[in-house]
Amino acid sequence: MGVLEPVVDVQPLLEIKNISKGFAGVQALNKVSFSIAPGEIHALLGENGAGKSTFIKVLTGVYTRDSGKILFDGQDFHATSSGHAQTQGVSTVYQEVNLIPTMTVTENLTLLQQPKRFGLISPKRAKQRALEMLERVGLNIDPSKQLDSYSIAVQQLVAIARAIGTKAKLLILDEPTASLDAKEVLRLFELMRQLKSQGISIIFVTHFLDQVYEITDRITVLRNGSFIGTYATKKLPQAELIHAMVGKSLDELTSGSNRETSDSADDVLRIQNFGKQRFLKPVDLSIAKGEIVGLAGMLGSGRSELCEIIFGAQAVDQGSMEIAQNAVHIKSPKQAIDHGLGYCPEDRKIDGIIAELSVRENMILALQAKRGWLKPIPMTEQKAMVESMIERLSIKTPNLNKPIGELSGGNQQKVILARWLLTQPTLLLLDEPTRGIDIGAHHDIIAIMKELCEQGMSLLVASSELEELVIFAHRVVVMKDRKKVMELTGSDISQKSIVNAIAQ
Amino acid sequence: MNISNLTKLIKIAVGTTVIALSSAASMAELTIGFAQTGSESGWRTAFTNATKAEAEARGYNFKFSDGQGKQENQIKAIRSFIAQGVDGIVLAPLVTTGWDKVLKEAQRAKIPVVLVDRGLDSDPSLYVTSVGSDFTQEGAMIAAWLAVETEGTCDIVELQGAVGADAAIKRQTGFANVIENFSGMKIIASQTGSWSATGGKEVMESFLKSIGGENICAVWAHNDNMAIGAAQAIKEAGLKPSEDILIGSVDAIAEIFKTMADGETNVTLELSPYQGAAAFDALEAHLAGKDVPKRITVPGGLFYPETAAEEWAKRK
Amino acid sequence: MKERKKFLDINPKIWGPIFSLVVIIVIMGIIDPGFIQIEFKDGRLYGSLIDILVRATPTAIIALGMAVVIGTKGIDLSVGSVVAICGAVAAVLIVETQLPFFMVVIVSVLVGGGIGFLNGIMVSFIGIQPIIATLILMVSGRGIAQLVTGGRAVSFDSTAMDIIGSGALLAIPVRLWIMTALVLCTVLLLRKTALGLFLESVGANAKASRLLGIEARMLKVIAYIFSGMCAAVAGMILIADVSTAEINRLGLWLELDAILAVVLAGASLNGGRIYLGLTIIGALIIQTLTTIIFSSGVPVEYNLIVKACIILAVLLIQSETTKNYVSQLRTKSLENRHAE
Repeated sequence: MGVLEPVVDVQPLLEIKNISKGFAGVQALNKVSFSIAPGEIHALLGENGAGKSTFIKVLTGVYTRDSGKILFDGQDFHATSSGHAQTQGVSTVYQEVNLIPTMTVTENLTLLQQPKRFGLISPKRAKQRALEMLERVGLNIDPSKQLDSYSIAVQQLVAIARAIGTKAKLLILDEPTASLDAKEVLRLFELMRQLKSQGISIIFVTHFLDQVYEITDRITVLRNGSFIGTYATKKLPQAELIHAMVGKSLDELTSGSNRETSDSADDVLRIQNFGKQRFLKPVDLSIAKGEIVGLAGMLGSGRSELCEIIFGAQAVDQGSMEIAQNAVHIKSPKQAIDHGLGYCPEDRKIDGIIAELSVRENMILALQAKRGWLKPIPMTEQKAMVESMIERLSIKTPNLNKPIGELSGGNQQKVILARWLLTQPTLLLLDEPTRGIDIGAHHDIIAIMKELCEQGMSLLVASSELEELVIFAHRVVVMKDRKKVMELTGSDISQKSIVNAIAQ
Repeated sequence: MNISNLTKLIKIAVGTTVIALSSAASMAELTIGFAQTGSESGWRTAFTNATKAEAEARGYNFKFSDGQGKQENQIKAIRSFIAQGVDGIVLAPLVTTGWDKVLKEAQRAKIPVVLVDRGLDSDPSLYVTSVGSDFTQEGAMIAAWLAVETEGTCDIVELQGAVGADAAIKRQTGFANVIENFSGMKIIASQTGSWSATGGKEVMESFLKSIGGENICAVWAHNDNMAIGAAQAIKEAGLKPSEDILIGSVDAIAEIFKTMADGETNVTLELSPYQGAAAFDALEAHLAGKDVPKRITVPGGLFYPETAAEEWAKRK
Repeated sequence: MKERKKFLDINPKIWGPIFSLVVIIVIMGIIDPGFIQIEFKDGRLYGSLIDILVRATPTAIIALGMAVVIGTKGIDLSVGSVVAICGAVAAVLIVETQLPFFMVVIVSVLVGGGIGFLNGIMVSFIGIQPIIATLILMVSGRGIAQLVTGGRAVSFDSTAMDIIGSGALLAIPVRLWIMTALVLCTVLLLRKTALGLFLESVGANAKASRLLGIEARMLKVIAYIFSGMCAAVAGMILIADVSTAEINRLGLWLELDAILAVVLAGASLNGGRIYLGLTIIGALIIQTLTTIIFSSGVPVEYNLIVKACIILAVLLIQSETTKNYVSQLRTKSLENRHAE
């Protein structure tokens, strides 16, 4: 199975031997074995649910392993908690920065080890230590400011500073680049190389394959909790990597690109001069029946904002809107839904899922809200709807009553998609529908989008992944600085033309 | 047992601080001023009338001032008593502070002052003594009544006030001190009813179940509200309060008289309106050059069902 | 074995509180068989267990409202004061006016709902944190109640109130009927319509709920109105008990018992779940402890300590950590058995 990396001569920093972990009948990790050399950047890849997170939690002592052995620096390694792991030299930085946003950078950095003077915390020394730690990651910021006054990227670097500040030998970065822009990613990579040169090993978990090729030495792939293989990055073509991860070839993933312009004349939505002061400059846009309109642009370009004002999540203060040729004034999401709109927000965890509620409840909520509280959907009908959606979108969940928060990102996204499909919208607004989800689900969602538009539904899809937009959009609207700057149709749509439009 | 025995018992209970109500030959022609708070309640009026009657019986030249609920009126009255050169002043202070200046004026004029009903926060050297009731004594009086009523044999359940409250602790102690003298009397259960009728009812209900109504001879409630609640619980358990189970309490709130008139509780205790006599005794003793204790307690008055209907009509 | 596993799988969250209550009652029944005896006396059931049900009624009704508010990620500290205000209003109306009794009920409930409305507006539209918004009325409410009665306890004579306080229908105390009816209506309202789901959705994630078309802010207001109305009903039951509105002590600390009942039911203060039936069980657990303490002869100084210890034990039994630990132990012992 796969190309096995020849044995490295040096003594490995970390050796994983036959680690297994199960939860109530589900084998999350099944005899995983691999090793990490000192000063190596090692990618840990796999679809969501492959067992990456479980592995990290087992390694750092959040979960206790069922069987297997871990050797760290040649010693038997048995962390009892992530704090304990950290004192042993294994530090983790999670995707969701686990710092305290309302504290200052200094406080965040020195929280666990307060520099004391006569038994009291010494603010002067604390700041000094914070500055040293920041310098190590090349950050030049004022540590006495509150953490949340800095961007997510800076916060991420602060988190890394805190992690390596405690003499880490192994740094685990779990999806560190998910919320960073290209420039910030470069900065992170620079830091990673610098750490590597200091002899620190890094386990790098990500969904971005390009980044894997750019920065890592070796790759370990997990699928469904099983170890698939460890490969030298340079010797593994991307197609083979994807094959290892999903068991499908790249051709399957990108086939069936839909390019012909929709000829449907009747517009589902038409907005003119539609905007909000200090939020979005006036936009003109129309979407035809069965059309997929892509919204391209950088983070903060106004693509999410456009979705929000169309859906009534933000009140507009100028312009007009027509839905199916009728002028409407939408003041709340409820009204938008009543007019046949649906909206999957960008930040799935905060604005999309209702984590404590079950898959079933999450799925039927929008339809139920549309029907009103007095007309509950009978349970048998609910179950039938949900089950058919689970089948149609191939959602992986043990049962209908599982809290949605416990599903993987891709499956959460599918549930939210299903939520809107049940309301049978005429226009669906999707903001970053494929962000942070694994390749398999990614593929599924794009296939669903195509299918929906064939059935006559219109879609407005905001995405930062240009290759993706190019594949499915009939038309691409390019946003920049909270303004619509260009509209591309038909054969004009290419990654290059979009990038040019943004760069203009 | 008769009432004289009861009085004797009360004296045992209350101890030595009671000065015998003396009708001995009084000092002739004393001029005494009394600065009363006002006439805000029936009890206050009774207090005034009783004091006036006592002064008359002693042949005093009695000067009375109604403060009408204002401290400045009371201070004015004291100054006027000083100006008139009275032999002694009796003060029922409306509030506890702000008396220092006028009390010093009285001291300079060498006029003794005796406090009644309530105390105040000034230096004790500024007055001769403070006459009043106290919580311990209240508990003792109900215990004494119960001892008489049951001839010293009774299994009692106690409804305490709020846990830790001064009044609750002292009423409990006073009661316990008295029943100690009777081998046949004991408290078989004691719980807090948190001063409320609902609380009293709830606790009594559980007592009736865990102990059994037939095993309870009397309820001793630290206030009237709890007694009212307990009476209801007893009724609902199919027993007759005040007959099957005796009920005694303290405070003499208006509602207890209605309950008592309906024949559901046996006794309540009211702060004595007859403090005047003790105050006059103290003044006379002081003027005669005798030592007077700084605190003199006067037993309160017990009320029984016989007068309850009348009292309810007066007070409601 | 298979059957047993299935039984335990029916959401242990539901069995926790019921199990705790049964255990407490069974232990008491063994220590003192009189505790679980129920007799028939004067046309009504009579016994400690009936007392517990009767006494738990006000707390249970308030907790019902509290469960809904907590389900929306709120909290209502004002309920104790609302009990006092509504009790005062009802008592004064009975004494001072000739209003028919049902009007007295309606006015009191409207007053309670009105106060809840104010709380809801503060929380939902002005954006004050629930604990602060309702604290305002918790502190000032008792003063308002004193204004209503002129500062004194109000006694009244009312046949209807006597019936609510100590009457019985079909041998069962009237207030139990009231509570049962209220619980059933609430269950119907929340579970047979989509209202419960919407409230839970708002509690779990208000922003996401708004984005999927739920009027999140209005729903929160409704939750507080409901809580205020429940407190009003509890207030009337409490004053009916002794035919007096003792405003200084009426409903004192009831908000804390109500919150505790909701927590005992297994709900999280972070919102998202409403357990109506279990909240009633929670209130019964609290009242059972109180009644046991009253009848057991524990010195009063130990009342609260004993209560706190038992409640801590119950919460420990129900906690996830304990459950995980127990299931780990069980797996281990099974493994050991297999190894042998």
